[in-house]
Amino acid sequence: MPAEQFHEWLRREGRIVVVGASLAGLRAAETLRAEGFAGSLTMIGDEPYQPYDRPPLSKAVLLGKASPDRTELPRRRGIDATWRLGVAATGLDMAGKRVRLADGDEVPYDRLLIATGVRARPWPKEEEAQLDGVCVLRTRDDAVRLHRRLKAAPRRVFVIGAGFTGSEIASACRDQGIPVTVAERADAPLVGALGGVIGAVAAELHRDNGVDLRTGVMVTGLEGDSVGRVRAAHLSDGSVVETDVVVVALGATRNTDWLAGSGLGAGPRGVACDAGCRAFDFRGIVTDDVFVAGDVARSPHPLFGYQFLSLEHWGNAVAQAEVAAHNMISASSDRIPHLWVPAFWSSQFGVNIKSVGVPSMGTEIMITQGSLAERRFVGVYGYQGRVIAAVSFDNTRWLEFYERQIERGAPFPVEYPTVDRRPEGRKPVPADFPDPSLPTHGPTVTLSGYSPADRRLVFTPARH
Amino acid sequence: MTHASLLRRITDFSSRADPYPLYEELRRTPVLHEEEDGPYAVSSYYDIQSLLHDPRISSDAAHLTAPGVDELSDPETTGLPPSFIRLDPPEHDRLRRIANSSFGPPHRPHRIDSLRGELVRIVTELVDGLGDARRIDLVDQVAYPFPVTVICRLLGVPREDEPRFRAWVDPIVAALDPESRNDPEAPVQRAAREARVQLGMYLAGLVEQRAREPRDDMLSDLVGGDGPDGSMSMMEVLSTAVLLLIAGHETTVNLITNGMLTLLRHPEYLERLREDPGLSVKIVEELLRYEPPVQLLPQRTCITDIELRGVTIPKGARIWLVLAAGNRDPERFKDPDRFDPDRADLEHLGFGSGIHSCFGAPLARLETQIALAELARRLDGPRLVEDPPPYRENAVLRGPRHLHLDIDGVRP
Repeated sequence: MPAEQFHEWLRREGRIVVVGASLAGLRAAETLRAEGFAGSLTMIGDEPYQPYDRPPLSKAVLLGKASPDRTELPRRRGIDATWRLGVAATGLDMAGKRVRLADGDEVPYDRLLIATGVRARPWPKEEEAQLDGVCVLRTRDDAVRLHRRLKAAPRRVFVIGAGFTGSEIASACRDQGIPVTVAERADAPLVGALGGVIGAVAAELHRDNGVDLRTGVMVTGLEGDSVGRVRAAHLSDGSVVETDVVVVALGATRNTDWLAGSGLGAGPRGVACDAGCRAFDFRGIVTDDVFVAGDVARSPHPLFGYQFLSLEHWGNAVAQAEVAAHNMISASSDRIPHLWVPAFWSSQFGVNIKSVGVPSMGTEIMITQGSLAERRFVGVYGYQGRVIAAVSFDNTRWLEFYERQIERGAPFPVEYPTVDRRPEGRKPVPADFPDPSLPTHGPTVTLSGYSPADRRLVFTPARH
Repeated sequence: MTHASLLRRITDFSSRADPYPLYEELRRTPVLHEEEDGPYAVSSYYDIQSLLHDPRISSDAAHLTAPGVDELSDPETTGLPPSFIRLDPPEHDRLRRIANSSFGPPHRPHRIDSLRGELVRIVTELVDGLGDARRIDLVDQVAYPFPVTVICRLLGVPREDEPRFRAWVDPIVAALDPESRNDPEAPVQRAAREARVQLGMYLAGLVEQRAREPRDDMLSDLVGGDGPDGSMSMMEVLSTAVLLLIAGHETTVNLITNGMLTLLRHPEYLERLREDPGLSVKIVEELLRYEPPVQLLPQRTCITDIELRGVTIPKGARIWLVLAAGNRDPERFKDPDRFDPDRADLEHLGFGSGIHSCFGAPLARLETQIALAELARRLDGPRLVEDPPPYRENAVLRGPRHLHLDIDGVRP
């Protein structure tokens, strides 16, 4: 069938399967219908719930201000789909164009979208991870469990990992007056995502809010009591912290296990795809019927040296899903690239943190507005003489400007004056990111180090 | 007669009723600079949006070095320190944070929503007050008295003082019209100065009282704030109160009046609103795009030379951000000259954007939604007596001076 006729047929009566019934999956499905896809649509999700929103789970839900069953995502339109919820996809037969499900069913497709996202990285010592009171936070059920623990007035909560999730959990604890200890392997919270300069501000934020923050330490073990409840955490500096609740916040693992052996270019770092969201097979050849979107995708970004970025960002999931959906039902000349500038936000200890670009690529930072000491500022990251990222603490409204600077490859350092420039912001300083070969607790952006211009493999352990 | 410059034609009173064809002409030169020392007018949606987030742009009059008086700018003749609308960070941020902590989330999430019942009551009373008249002036009888009553309740002005308060506000608002500005000895200006003094003294007394005995109102919060930013000084409270009063008044009057005018020109939506008061939400958003109460922001400058679309705007120059032109930019909005409350894509510039985006937006929205829904429901057979109606002089805060309607009666 000629290409044009094929796409007409596909739009009219093709079969599209979306694996992953979350933000990216839902927005992709809505885009497909909005763009006139009239064929059959199947939504597969391992959780029993309709697509829901995750950001509130570590914020309002933990505070009891939002009920976890009220976080369902608002619908942009009806999608007329067959829902297979509570059934995980367990395998992919690329030649036969079928998705295998946990209940033994197989679902055939003409186009497949993989949007399986990530899951919380569990505590690596399985026996300790089984102890009553050891939690992770990723899903709605996780949030319900953790909220229940927090409501039960624990003596102390112990958070492993001071990335964004760990910090938000600590913040939610302090907000409710619950004693909390946070242990972080790096020298400060958020270091992997934002570097040491900003990490130092985050550390103050923790301490000023009464968090018992322990940095530069590793958790060597979790100890249970006679009935299997966690009672203490042991640290590499020899100290022991008594606790009733341990939250493991060591970042996320990409949900690609089900693709093992499928022939797709999928691994612990995600599913590689091109800028049009088409998945690569393991030989590096792009497929034409398998697409990827959301946290599980890794795609090259021209603004960042064509490095393959995987972004655990809400906005990325939406934007990439829309591009993937469009491209799934479009002929090659009508396809569009996914060129979203990375952006994410976090809310912790009453501070709104937002970043644009890829901070972890930055070698230097300068505070162009406000002041670190006041914890209200905009910091701009530079890489090889250009602006590569920006971060704001309670200064979100300026970031649009810096996003434009990133898009234009504007020069760094920032020489021009800005309102509220302080003496401390006149010169760049080293951004102070840890050695990238050392694992950190879930930076929100991962760089592969592999690009057409620089074929270099950087070893980054997949496990904590 | 030589051909008048485009910006002068825009501000000229003769174009008040329909400046939109001139804005269309303006957008053809996205950065228009016609006269030495004159403003640089920016009119495309994306350029305005980008300058509103540009940290090289300042709202502080001290940075404005371009000579000449700007007849469009607010005459800060209050004798009070500048309010946050005329300040840059960090002062702007501190004052706005304190003001916000008594106005909205996270500290006072219910401040506006809890006014809903009160707003409905005020509008109901005003519409009841129309009585048996068959010809009404929507401005004088509803749109004008409404916001000033609301601001009194919000600040915490006691009911018995409201008539006095309104008597001071009237001359102050009247003097905002540029027509009378050029002559400081004009009676309007003299009356306004006198009223400002009286109002200032009254508010100062009230603030002192609230400092001693706080109540659940904004003045108490502003002067007694115990947040991390502390409280405002007496002078800062006064500046802020006057800002809320002035900035929140004329704009809301115009939004309501332009709203009714637009609905009468598009009766199908008036009819739909009558049947479905919930439609007021969409109608008000589209109004903010289609007939924004603040047509342009005339007070910005840049603290360094900036380049925009190949034009260098020199440090200290006056920059006009023509929101009403950006709101009808065909590069941004499909069919921009059509009033269409059903638009799905409606990120208008009606409230500005960036750190100075309209402080009172949630209140203005609610006031206008309630007013328009109530008017649609209760006015029987409203018809415009004249179209266009007579306008106020002011080109920035643009709106009808009167909106005379013939009606067949007022429904209960």
